[in-house]
Amino acid sequence: MGHSAPKIVNPEGIAEEIGALLGSMLIETIDHADELTFIVARDDLANAMIALRDMAHYQQLMEVAGVDYPERPERFEVAYHLLSVTRNHRIRVKVSTDEDTPVPTVTHLWPVAGWLEREVFDMYGVVFDGNTDLRRILTDYGFKGHPQRKDFPLTGYVELRYSEEDKRVVYEPVKLAQDFRSFDFMSPWEGAQYVLPGDEKAAAPAAPAAPAAASTPKVTEKKGVSGAGEPTDSAANKKSEDKA
Amino acid sequence: MSDYLEKMDHVTDAADPAYGDTEIQNYTINFGPQHPAAHGVLRLVMELDGEIVERCDPHVGLLHRGTEKLIEYKTYMQALPYFDRLDYCSPLGMEHSYVLAVEKLLNLEVPLRAQYLRVFFAELTRICNHMLNLGSHVMDVGAMTPNLWLFEIREDCLNFFERASGARMHSAYFRPGGVHQDVPLKLLTDIAEWLDTRLPRLFEDAMSLVVDNRIFKQRNVDIAIVGKEDALKWGFSGPMLRGSGIAWDVRKAQPYDVYDRMDFDVPVGTAYDCYDRFMVRVEEVRQSARIMKQCLNEMPEGPIASFDRKVSPPKRGEMKRSMEALIHHFKLYTEGFHVPAGEVYVATESPKGEFGVYLVSDGSNKPYRCKIRPTAFSHLQAMDFLMKGHMLADTTAVLGAMDIVFGECDR
Repeated sequence: MGHSAPKIVNPEGIAEEIGALLGSMLIETIDHADELTFIVARDDLANAMIALRDMAHYQQLMEVAGVDYPERPERFEVAYHLLSVTRNHRIRVKVSTDEDTPVPTVTHLWPVAGWLEREVFDMYGVVFDGNTDLRRILTDYGFKGHPQRKDFPLTGYVELRYSEEDKRVVYEPVKLAQDFRSFDFMSPWEGAQYVLPGDEKAAAPAAPAAPAAASTPKVTEKKGVSGAGEPTDSAANKKSEDKA
Repeated sequence: MSDYLEKMDHVTDAADPAYGDTEIQNYTINFGPQHPAAHGVLRLVMELDGEIVERCDPHVGLLHRGTEKLIEYKTYMQALPYFDRLDYCSPLGMEHSYVLAVEKLLNLEVPLRAQYLRVFFAELTRICNHMLNLGSHVMDVGAMTPNLWLFEIREDCLNFFERASGARMHSAYFRPGGVHQDVPLKLLTDIAEWLDTRLPRLFEDAMSLVVDNRIFKQRNVDIAIVGKEDALKWGFSGPMLRGSGIAWDVRKAQPYDVYDRMDFDVPVGTAYDCYDRFMVRVEEVRQSARIMKQCLNEMPEGPIASFDRKVSPPKRGEMKRSMEALIHHFKLYTEGFHVPAGEVYVATESPKGEFGVYLVSDGSNKPYRCKIRPTAFSHLQAMDFLMKGHMLADTTAVLGAMDIVFGECDR
């Protein structure tokens, strides 16, 4: 039976239909968990959206979401979620970009994109070419940085408090009373890529500080060398023989 | 005085502003962020020409708490209570989208009773939310009494939530895989009795004061008319979209949990104004009560959470006897469960409209990205479009009919 999330039936041949509609604008189609994702070329985004809205009847733009993958050359993905109320279907259109390259705006197609693009700009610093009102939206007036980037710390850089002396709110660098704790749950048996503290020696194949192994093993030739058994002193031996 | 007026009569030169037709400037005012009718912390910068709104620029983000960033640092289970705190007027509606998104990534089957319980409490949440919204809408346009009556109902709802989950508002009741705990039979019978007696009596009494009221109609009819085309373009959803005459309801169109077994009607507006949006919500309350009654009739006995022990923790009694259960419990409450890599967008019909969760997983025990699609964000953006040419006093009616909560809008 599977999950009970909203049931969206992909119409027969929808991926091919949209693939044909987008033509060379389309880079890749992904079908995962019954959701279709179309990755399109960044420069063709506006044209692709016009085609999807007017020819394929995806009337509504529900969401524009940014995602940050710092290890990629084009680190940001912008995902547009479209809804067709006539076909009862949802698709996702994605483009990727980096810090400097602007993404074409879709505000002329859907006025709702204005704030959604402003939010992606605010959170990730993705610039939208043609959006005439690209101000910050969710963060504070005069905020610096783009908080949803993966390299932005969870605690932020500044904190504010009301100062009784100055009679106003003052901004100060963040001071943490307790170190920021970040637990990771990677199992050491499942290929953790780091050395646990105190575990540095275990990883070294041959400890360089240890002396080189002798070519012949050292053996105890006489009892006296080992220090065990009867006293090895010759006089003592003689004495014991006399007694016997 | 009379000779002054006589003199003014002949002055028509605007180039000489010493007297006569002086240029006047539009007046810019701040509405909020502490205005009670702003429904929270909304700052509207409005440019007025007399009493006519020329331009309206909503400033949001005063309640931004970085929920999406925080969720990236929490396990899937720890992230759940953040959803209660988004739209604090309808907490379970928010949780519903999130648990369904996690279940979709896991492809996890949920027992039938849990699905019924979720739909049942989601609809109770809808009633609870609409009581607050309808009440504050009428209060914003000048009526006091209906709000007090509707708060009686809301109080009942909160008591029911408390009996089910232990918390009045931030229930944290839904879980990936089901619900947290079963409800006692007495609670279900009490809600059944409440649905038959107290709810209709209080609600219909309050509505009888409002819906045909002359003043209420004067303040709402023909205010902020949005056509179908515009409603689609501006990304409207929920009662705002239905108020504009589009019969779109995610519960009907893309049913989740057991909504496909429920029999209910989707009300739509005919004049596309604020009064229609209000009336759509009024009818939704009646339909919600209908769905809840069906749930009560059909709800089977059985488990309330998935038996997949890698996702859903065991019962405490089981833990006392079974070593394996103890290990599962320990692992689930420290490490949490891992979700296969992938991305889903799951949207449900929350009381305010389409509430979506775009969840990106990288296969670890924490969401890589959890984008929340708030309903209010799109609606509020249309404020400038809706208000242009309306009177200043209509602002409260338009805002009231939008049903905005800033916990959700600002995240």
